[in-house]
Amino acid sequence: MTGTDGVPADAARGGPPPGGPGPGIVEADPGTGRAAEAAPPLLEVRAVGKTFGGVIALRDVSTRVCRGEVTCVLGDNGAGKSTLIKILSGMHAPDSGEYLLDGAPAAFTSPRDAMDQGIATVYQDLAMIPLMSVWRNFFLGSEPVLGRGPFRRFDVARARRVVREELRSMGIDIRDVDQPMGTLSGGERQSVAIARAVHFGARVLILDEPTSALGVKQAGVVLRYIAQARDRGLGVVLITHNPHHAYPIGDRFLLLNRGTSLGEYGKAGITREELTSLMAGGAELERLAHELDRGEPPGPAYP
Amino acid sequence: MTVADERLARTGAARRLLVRPELGAMVGAVAVFAFFASQSATFRSIEGVANWLDPASTLGIMAVAIALLMIGGEFDLSAGVLTGTTGLITVILATRYGLSVWTAMLVSLAAALLVGFLNGLIVVRTGLPSFIVTLGTFLMLQGVNLGVTKALTGTVQVGGLRGAEGYEGARAVLAGTFPAGGTDFRVAVLWWLGVTALATWVLMRTRAGNRIFAVGGDARAARAAGVPAERTKIALFMTTAVAAWLVGSILALRFTSVQANSGIGQEFVYIIAAVIGGCLLTGGYGSAIGAAIGAVIFGMADKGIVFAGWDADWFTFFLGAMLLLATLANRLVRRYAEEVRR
Repeated sequence: MTGTDGVPADAARGGPPPGGPGPGIVEADPGTGRAAEAAPPLLEVRAVGKTFGGVIALRDVSTRVCRGEVTCVLGDNGAGKSTLIKILSGMHAPDSGEYLLDGAPAAFTSPRDAMDQGIATVYQDLAMIPLMSVWRNFFLGSEPVLGRGPFRRFDVARARRVVREELRSMGIDIRDVDQPMGTLSGGERQSVAIARAVHFGARVLILDEPTSALGVKQAGVVLRYIAQARDRGLGVVLITHNPHHAYPIGDRFLLLNRGTSLGEYGKAGITREELTSLMAGGAELERLAHELDRGEPPGPAYP
Repeated sequence: MTVADERLARTGAARRLLVRPELGAMVGAVAVFAFFASQSATFRSIEGVANWLDPASTLGIMAVAIALLMIGGEFDLSAGVLTGTTGLITVILATRYGLSVWTAMLVSLAAALLVGFLNGLIVVRTGLPSFIVTLGTFLMLQGVNLGVTKALTGTVQVGGLRGAEGYEGARAVLAGTFPAGGTDFRVAVLWWLGVTALATWVLMRTRAGNRIFAVGGDARAARAAGVPAERTKIALFMTTAVAAWLVGSILALRFTSVQANSGIGQEFVYIIAAVIGGCLLTGGYGSAIGAAIGAVIFGMADKGIVFAGWDADWFTFFLGAMLLLATLANRLVRRYAEEVRR
């Protein structure tokens, strides 16, 4: 059982070797000079828009994702985040604007098509089967095989080994790859989904609210794996409505509100407080704080 | 290289055994065997074993196919009556239209594949529950079996297969006996073991198996991972239909005649055997070996009650009790296994 034909090529990677240092390697520091400024961005959209019937879901939004960088897309419910991911992941074609992959115009016929060109999307519900083991889930739809014709079979030994190595090299700590996916915690499931996308050669990883259903500690764990993926040279698009999760890991922040861009900021150009305030609609939040503040008399003297 | 996680030590051999879906059926089979063996010397003799393995084998072939389908998240209520339909087609063509038994069997195989394909196509295209769709095909086939048989023969039975061309050969392959341990076993037992082994291999060791578990576990998620869910389900319905054809042919060759109502009522027995064998009614979980063992429990109960000198009317009571016990045991085992894993 040593043949390897039909096995998808592993992603090129520069991460720690299997069995190397465990978790805790990651430091979300924007100043390490990761990005290669000269190369075109992995993925870029210019002034994209999308209408559904009479509703303008997205208008004139531009952003980019570079190798080894995290672009955060922030916005409240209904801001157009979902529409933007659906465009990025190839599910919807934009009605206007440009979609560039490695600097060249691109158009996808389906999410599968986008995936084949290295754009992997991990949705909130993850598309994992709870009753199936971790290794069966990991290779679902792309099982490594051995043998030919009627004797072609799932290379189970290889699948188990690859999953174990892949998870360990990402520093993901799963006790037993044979356990059903449904017995993992939410953070572990997200981590396995990220490891799967990385293994199958994703260059751009789009993550839809990966931390929204998680507790503080679990969310931290998932952010570490996102940083791992980034350090391996992937471009990451992180969709979230939580600026406290976005700020430490992001290199670039795109703020959406009611289908339009409120601006795109580099990390140097914005503070966490500004980000939070912008996201919540700045002035609105101040008014709300005012309204809820019982102790002080109402008036325009608020600092 | 294998570097073990130090916490893996807690995953003992006992736990690994406990998470096997067929464990409940295995325990049940041992208990049922011990019970009847203590009641009857004939039951535990080699002749007795050959005797109760006979009903277990034809039922087992169907139970294994139904188990695959149930793991894939669907039911087939038309499988029982389809054994009758295929048998009738074979016998009618071989005795009334002069076809050789082999040719007649090819035609009935094509008919079975068509029924399976239509079952699957309707289920995946309409999104209706397979329970309803196959209940419809079940009733339609029941009507066709009776109507066509009566129109052609004037009775509700067709016979005379013994005189047809190729009968001896086909009978030797599908309905003959082979000697083992000083007695004769039915060849169907070998077919049953073969079908079980093949189904287990497909489930555990092929891409198709991974896809069957996935479409039954969560068809939408499976589709998102690139699994052709529609094709997988249609193939499962067609597999069930082929099993029904195999069993229909075995029975037709053994008795040389087929009743127009044969196979009716068996569809639930197949499902019961699969559930005793550890299949979840909701799909995505189960085992072919478990279903085969479920069929053994049936065979033992069926003949054991007679060997023990009891009234055979109690058979269904026994069956119902086994079904409840096995389902409860499976649930407890699964819950325990998942708790320890956390």
